[in-house]
Amino acid sequence: MYAFDYVKPASVADAVKALSAEDAQPISGGQTLIPTLKQRLGQPSALVDLTKIADLVGIEAGSDSVLVKGATTHAAVAAHEGVMQAIPGLAKLAAHIGDPQVRNRGTIGGSVANNDPAACYPAAVLGLGATVLTDRREIAADDYFQGMFTTALEEGEIVTGVRFPIPEKSAYAKFVQPASRFALTGVYAAKLKGGVRVAVTGASESGVFRWAEAEAALASNWSPEAVETLAAPAADGMIGDIHGAPDYRAHLVKVMTKRAVAAA
Amino acid sequence: MNKQMTGIGASSKRREDVRFLTGKGQYTDDINRHGQLYAHFVRSEVAHGKITKLDASAAAAAPGVAHVFTSKDFEGVGGVPCGWLITDKNGEPMKEPKHPILAEGKVRHVGDPIAVVVAETLAQARDAAELIDLEIEELPAVIDMREALKGGVAVHDEAPDNLCYDWEFVAENKAAVDEAIARAAHVTTLELVNNRLVANPMEPRCAIGEYDRAGDQHTLYTTSQNPHVIRLLMGAFVLGIPEHKLRVVAPDVGGGFGTKIYHYAEEAFVTFAAKKLNKPVKWTASRSEAFMSDAQGRDHVTKVELALDADNNFTALRCLTHANMGAYLSTFAPCIPTWLHGTLLAGNYRTPLIFTNVKAVFTNTVPVDAYRGAGRPEATYQLERVIDKAARELGVSPIALRKQNFIKPDQFPYQTPVAVVYDTGDYDATMDKVVEMADLAGFDARKAEAKSRGKLRGLGFAHYIEACGIAPSSLVGALGARAGLYEAATVRVNPTGSVSVFTGSHSHGQGHETTFAQVVSDMLGIPEDQIDIVHGDTNRVPFGMGTYGSRSLAVGGSAIVKSVEKIVSKARKIAAHLLEASEADITFEDGQFKVAGTDRAKAFGEIALAAYVPHQYPIEEIEPGLEETSFYDPKNFTYPSGGYACEVEVDPETGVVKVCAFHAADDFGNLVNPMIVEGQIHGGVAQGIGQAMLEHCTFDADGQPQAGSYMDYAMPRAADMPMVNIDSSCVTPCTHNPLGVKGCGEAGAIGSPPAFVNAVIDALAERGVTHIDMPLTPQAVWKAIHGASAVAAE
Amino acid sequence: MASVSMTVNGKAVSGEVEGRTLLVEFLREGLELTGTHVGCDTSQCGACVVHVNGESVKACSVLAVAVDGADIRTIEGMAAPDGTLSVLQQAFQDHHGLQCGFCTPGMVMSAADLLQKNADPSEQEVREWLEGNICRCTGYHNIVKAILAAAATLRGEKIAAE
Repeated sequence: MYAFDYVKPASVADAVKALSAEDAQPISGGQTLIPTLKQRLGQPSALVDLTKIADLVGIEAGSDSVLVKGATTHAAVAAHEGVMQAIPGLAKLAAHIGDPQVRNRGTIGGSVANNDPAACYPAAVLGLGATVLTDRREIAADDYFQGMFTTALEEGEIVTGVRFPIPEKSAYAKFVQPASRFALTGVYAAKLKGGVRVAVTGASESGVFRWAEAEAALASNWSPEAVETLAAPAADGMIGDIHGAPDYRAHLVKVMTKRAVAAA
Repeated sequence: MNKQMTGIGASSKRREDVRFLTGKGQYTDDINRHGQLYAHFVRSEVAHGKITKLDASAAAAAPGVAHVFTSKDFEGVGGVPCGWLITDKNGEPMKEPKHPILAEGKVRHVGDPIAVVVAETLAQARDAAELIDLEIEELPAVIDMREALKGGVAVHDEAPDNLCYDWEFVAENKAAVDEAIARAAHVTTLELVNNRLVANPMEPRCAIGEYDRAGDQHTLYTTSQNPHVIRLLMGAFVLGIPEHKLRVVAPDVGGGFGTKIYHYAEEAFVTFAAKKLNKPVKWTASRSEAFMSDAQGRDHVTKVELALDADNNFTALRCLTHANMGAYLSTFAPCIPTWLHGTLLAGNYRTPLIFTNVKAVFTNTVPVDAYRGAGRPEATYQLERVIDKAARELGVSPIALRKQNFIKPDQFPYQTPVAVVYDTGDYDATMDKVVEMADLAGFDARKAEAKSRGKLRGLGFAHYIEACGIAPSSLVGALGARAGLYEAATVRVNPTGSVSVFTGSHSHGQGHETTFAQVVSDMLGIPEDQIDIVHGDTNRVPFGMGTYGSRSLAVGGSAIVKSVEKIVSKARKIAAHLLEASEADITFEDGQFKVAGTDRAKAFGEIALAAYVPHQYPIEEIEPGLEETSFYDPKNFTYPSGGYACEVEVDPETGVVKVCAFHAADDFGNLVNPMIVEGQIHGGVAQGIGQAMLEHCTFDADGQPQAGSYMDYAMPRAADMPMVNIDSSCVTPCTHNPLGVKGCGEAGAIGSPPAFVNAVIDALAERGVTHIDMPLTPQAVWKAIHGASAVAAE
Repeated sequence: MASVSMTVNGKAVSGEVEGRTLLVEFLREGLELTGTHVGCDTSQCGACVVHVNGESVKACSVLAVAVDGADIRTIEGMAAPDGTLSVLQQAFQDHHGLQCGFCTPGMVMSAADLLQKNADPSEQEVREWLEGNICRCTGYHNIVKAILAAAATLRGEKIAAE
């Protein structure tokens, strides 16, 4: 790692201020960021630690939505009674991110801000049509994700939480990349009051995306069989690497969608 | 005392565990020397290129930097030597280009070291490395072996067509094999790849050089399986340091699997730099660095043909292999695809005619050398795959076909057509045992049940043989080895009767501290805790060849046995004197020397004391003291063998393979510590399943590694493995070493890949799949199913 | 440089670190607790697992300054002060759950976290929990056996104490 200053603000306002310094960067668990910095792939002047801000930690399960604050760990989400009851698919997703040690440090805010194309959380945020809360505004999931490692966040903007609507049913099906344990392809399928949403991570070169054909088919018939009759999405634009060529990933999108619906 | 509680045959708990379980192990990176500097290697980011500019002046002036080393610092210093010479089919020596410590004008693989920054802290060294002004003119890279042989781009000028050697074995059989195949009733042909692997011991390599100017004394602490070999190679061939001025210490070593056998440039570097800078110099590999600097394993591309007569007897085997050497010859690389591979092509079978041609090829990739099994897994894999395929083509049971062609128990010693003589074995016994363990009779029901869940279930078998206990020195010398392969041991009885054993073998997970103590305890009749095993330091142990090739008990253990026998012989003379009896009347049992037929006795400890306090002692006839050294040179290889079975379930929708059960029935000869033996099988099987299902070190067309860290190189994890069902009750003791042992370190990694692949092919046979190259990743399996059904639909 | 203070294996310690100093570096170099190992640089292998405030984490992916004030436990703090192995450590020896020993500290620390969360894990739960710990020697067979055996022993102790 290159040298950097470490800043530990006690409030969101202080964090925003600290992040206004040139090349300052937030750290919210650091389970992706620290390995990246170890490879010297970034050179922040300062790391602003969001995990010590009391206001950013915690879960509030309401009657029609669940709020997960930005610096809440995956392990906390996975073990939260309220989340398990309201959105079991979300709790299960959190319970299978990375490994137990990653889940003890990694946070939802860090994951959503980074928007790794193979991360699990973006699938849930988009699949449930959640709202990303920041220090300055609320952003609908459909507007938030803008491609691999790209989001609607402005320079220095902090994810303070994610508000998930409680669906009728939902589940996440993950096909794990055997080395990194990220998603080779992961699908979050949700049946909500407003309709069906199907979000796919790990597969596309454009990052997390909604599979419109599956949503349409499932809206009229929420069943794995409805997915079975669909063609897999086009391989064009899917990620290709040693673990999965574009056609294999496209195929997995369909299989994982079926399995998510079956599990929901 | 109960045989099962202590000594040979007991599952004694490992004494080394306590330090490892409490954080008190001392691995090389745990060692810090006063005032030490840190080395950071600047490595090539391209696979092939000319260094057109290398200006380190700014880096040298950076904070904390002691010196920036380049090849200029190593003028007159030798390259990293190769320890095995192969003579090609025309009687010419292999091509052996220089492997410099630091690149001399040209880089030949991603990771090839170019410069080293040595600084007071590692961060300073890394910071300064970025100030090096380095320009490389990239050259086209050769990655694919068959493409490489066409020439045009040469990794080394000395080998314009990138051919290291073209080797034939048994050359005299070539015409007969061709003819047998031409007139066979049936020929089964299989083209296959033995995938390149990265050994990945969990401890990355590390080296610390230290120099004492007052005594002109060099010390190297290093992660090695064989410190004396490093001292010999580095002292004599690279740096020109005489042995008495060079100490090599390999302390606790966190796994080896072959990749810590070799002498590496980093070891020579820290030794050299410590003298130049007059300070200790430390280097520790990051895992990513290990992926481009540790010698890798396997990487053979093979066409194998098996000829059978009308009665399904094997009549001939022909195997044409391309073996990847990588960019430079690692220490034992040339011998792996030749003498450790060609000589095992008979397997467990009576195939009368065998011929193999091996072309060893230079490419712009990381060097390849021995990895757990080394040559023997490649031989076993092709045999056991081609036999399975033949059985399927002929519509016969793959088990029956194997058994029909097995060498039978009454045929030993058995001279194979590929030079080696097997001493003992009972292959029918291990095959029958594993068939029973695998519950073949119940398989159809399990398959049907799986089918009801939409899964395809398969059961695969394999039988292996390996040559271990490496090796008779005169034989390997004739085959090109540039060293002897004996082992040494000193047994020192201390005055009060405790024993210190100094062994040339090296333990890096195998549990020698426990196993060797069991052997000595059994022989001397003293408790195991009275015996200490010392290894890993050239200043303490006699000149030994180290640990690899499942040799430590068979060869190193035999050296200990010989020394203990000498101890007992001398002690018997002392006892005769003390007991005033004739030596011929002295018996030794359970630690007591007795005069036969009387109750007069002396305990072993009393004899030891007499030897060191020789007041009443036959000083005219026997020297005082009780310490003996032996060098044991084996008469033959040992030949462990076994039958393996693997049961899998394939999810046809995703291609995911689940290993449902794994069974191993091995014949390792006699066992000293069954618990440790089982542990070796567990680990070997996991590595074999890793190779067959997960692991693959690939490079793109430009020579960039595609699996250069644990983000892409899939290591087997706990959830990938089943419990492994083991039986070691089939025992045919080795006939030519005193313990009757054969070695167990590599078997699991040799027998499991074909068992696994045969199981998957068994599961997919109904979908028309006949072969998939390793690793059988979900994508590979899915594509095979998809491709086969697409073909079937046409 | 920043000052950090923490409790490590029950002992108050402090030291000067850079912002970029990793917890594992502080433990190994600053406190000479070399039982915590570094086996990779991408956070997969788990040789560096320690407990921070009772939760297992990878010390290679945590900044030392970020755990200022925390309660840290490493492999050196698992045995009793007189050296008696903990039930879990003893189970690893009894069941031959280690060979080269390099991954062992991380395995033990990870397994200890599992057993405090789940007193009666199934074999499958143990295997899944170990997703972040790589062993190259044992094939996991005896590690899994050791953890299951330790869990059974600990349950027995708990029942006996009640």
